[in-house]
Order: sequence, then C-alpha cells, then structure tokens
Amino acid sequence: MAEELKLFRTWSSRYSLRVVNALKIKGLEYETILEDLQNKSASLLEYNPTHKKVPVLVHNGKPICESLLILEYIDETWKQHPLLPQDPYLKAMARFWAKFGDDKVLPSIWSVFISQGQEQEEAIALAAGNLKFLEELLKGKKFFGGETIGYLDLAFGWMANLISILEEIVDLKLVDRKIFPLLSEWMNSFSDDPVIKECWPPRNKMVEKFKAMREPYLKELHETEVMQFSLSS
Amino acid sequence: MAKSASVQLLGSWASPFSNRVQLALKLKSVEYELVEEAFYVSKSDRLVKANPVYQKIPVLIHDEKPVCESLVIVEYIDEAWTGKGPSILPSDPYERAIARFWAGYIDEKLETASGDEEKFAVVGKVLEGFALLEEAFAKCSKGKAFFGGDEVGYLDIALGCFLGWVKVAEIIGGGKLLDESKFPGLAGWAERFLSHDVAKDILPDALKILEFFGKVQAARAAATTAAE
Repeated sequence: MAEELKLFRTWSSRYSLRVVNALKIKGLEYETILEDLQNKSASLLEYNPTHKKVPVLVHNGKPICESLLILEYIDETWKQHPLLPQDPYLKAMARFWAKFGDDKVLPSIWSVFISQGQEQEEAIALAAGNLKFLEELLKGKKFFGGETIGYLDLAFGWMANLISILEEIVDLKLVDRKIFPLLSEWMNSFSDDPVIKECWPPRNKMVEKFKAMREPYLKELHETEVMQFSLSS
Repeated sequence: MAKSASVQLLGSWASPFSNRVQLALKLKSVEYELVEEAFYVSKSDRLVKANPVYQKIPVLIHDEKPVCESLVIVEYIDEAWTGKGPSILPSDPYERAIARFWAGYIDEKLETASGDEEKFAVVGKVLEGFALLEEAFAKCSKGKAFFGGDEVGYLDIALGCFLGWVKVAEIIGGGKLLDESKFPGLAGWAERFLSHDVAKDILPDALKILEFFGKVQAARAAATTAAE
C-alpha cells in the first residue's frame, strides 16, 4: 500500500523545518501543504484542534503534532538513517537538551533580539549562559548526534539558520566564535550539509520578516523613552 | 541486574513530578533510594550538582548518571528496564505520539496556569484542560480502564500524579473540579487510578498535601520576613 504522507507547514517555520529535514534524511516522499497562519485551512484546524499550529504530519490520515514528537514518530516508523541514539541514557539526554533548547535557549535569544539598552545587556548574559551548555555538549563531537546529523541537531537547527539573520538585524554578535568556537563550527557544518542546505528558507525574505517582527518592540521603547523624557523635564 | 543502591531518586513525596518517577519505578519493580529534598526551602549542593541546568527535582541517578525532567525520566525508565514488568509507553508509534502529545499538553497547561495569580484564571485553565483530556481519555482508553488501556501507562502517570492536588484545589476553592457530570470518563478513571496498587502507596492524600502546603507557605513567609 502506498504511504500517504502530508506535511502542513509554513515557508519559514523553524519547527516545520525540523520535520522537512527529518523527512529528507529518511528519504521519504510527501505532499507539502503551505499554510498562511493568518488564514488557517480547515484541514489544519481539523488535524490540530488543540494548538492550531504547524507543523502537522499526516500519515495515512492520522495526524501527529508538535515537531519534536513528529521527529520521534518518523524515527520509530522508518528505521533507515536513525535520528535518535539507541542507548536509553543518550536518548534521554537528547530529549532533555531538545526541550532545553525550546524552553530556554530560543526564548533567551529572542529576548536579546527584541530588547534594548540595559534590558538587552541582561538578556545577552542569560542567553550566553544557556549557550555555554550547548558548547559543552559539543566537546569531542562534530554534531550533537556524533559523526552524523541527528535528532538534537535538527532540534537546534534553527540556530544555524536564524542566528546570523538576527545578528544582522540587531548588529550584535550573539554567538561569538571566540567564546563559542564549537557552536560556531557546528552552525557551519550543519548549514553546509547538502540535505540541510537545500531546505533553507530564502534569507532575504527571512531578514524582511524578522525586521518586521522587531518593529513593534522598537516603537514601544521609543514611546517609553519619550514618556520618561517628558516626565523628567 | 541493577542493585538498589545504583538507583537514586532526588525528589520528594510531596512533589507530583517526583511522584511520576516513583510511579514508573514501581510499575517496573525497580528498587531505589528516595532522597528527600526540601525543595521548597533551598536547593542542596547535591541537587545543583545533579541538575545544573534547572536545579529542580526530580532527578533520577542511575549508575551515577543523572536524568532530569519527569517525563524524560519516565521514558528513560521504560527503556532502561525494557522487558522488566509492563511497558509504560504503548508500542505503536502513533499511540506513543498521542500519549506524548497529551503529556506535553498537561505540563504546558500547568505551566501557564501556575503563572496566573488570579484563582479564577487558574480554575478556568484547569477546566479547559479537563474538557480536552476527557476527549483524549475516550480516544486513548478505547473503553478500557486507563489511558494506557487495561493497564496503567504513561499518560495515566503523567496526569494521575496531580489527582491529590486537584482534591486540594477543590477543598480550598470549595467547588468540584473533576465533576462526574461534566467529565464522567475522567472522574471514573481518577477513582480507578487512585485505588490502583501502583498509586496507593505513592500518591499523598489531599489532607497531607494541604498540611504540607501550609508548611511551605509558612516557610516562605518566614524567609521573606527574614530578608526584609
């Protein structure tokens, strides 16, 4: 029976990109449904009624939601090119760090991106603390997964793509090669991988999108400064 | 064969997240040492060393290797002791994805609810959660006793650990949260889970939790006064 595999995603979603990469690594054929998050399709709402988000993988009519869970599902269903380690302890570590990435690293990087002045200084320190853990993880390894790209590399993949874009917009080094040599090297190795390279969303579009996302925060700060000035004068 | 000394749980009888790990260890008949951490007072050096990232309980230490985050630990227990006792997660990849999804949902809901100071907002979120979990129960149990089917499984553990706390919230708030007329599936499941062998000796009852909660409030108030 032919497998029916569909992926609901957006052109830029970093969570969707994890699944795109995983499907590519496993050599799987699938149909892409591109969603407009301002105008979600009835199918997306039907397949993910709880969160109404992308990505959603639909396999023979059955929907799987949450990108990290989708990666595990893909790995358990198609055994070629394993993404997760076999050893229970290493597997637990991969799951732990992937969650840390989403719960702590990403929000801390985002805070640096949207803040300014003193607040940004503090955000930078917090982000650096988080990145230090990742730098440690890479000791003696080319990828988080070892010799080849695995689950944890895909989980952190957004960094290899997004960090340089955010750095360009805020004109600030978030991952300094001198402080994070292993992480910087990993970002290059990951980006240069032929499977990963093919799937990157267009950079100019990304810069435009994130510049626009930053605007309201800049405006807010400007208004606060004006208020403070007028109160003190 | 793992010796009892080689499995340690840094946790607390009073922490539902710790209870999750205890339930999983019980299901697998794994002997372990429970090291009570007075997590509401301070973080011990031992805890900080075992969990430098979050400095929180529970932490499972197996052959000196620490595993953190309760749901990660439960899956680890299932995989490290495969073949010993029942499987905690379902074997089918799709059913595993569904179980993990709802477990993640529970934690996410709790995280946003605990951030709310306003009582009604918390209750609202809990009830919203119960409505979805009622549906999830119907789908996962397929008419059987537990989320895991005939036997207690991952999702039973992930949600069941909070049942004592739900009762406490009902006592404090004076309203029925797990109302059998609104959530018949969940209400029936809760009764079965609480009387199951695995849960009976591990999950603290509401009064014990209430007493503990009072102690924590007092300790925190004293700490604040001392700091002022």
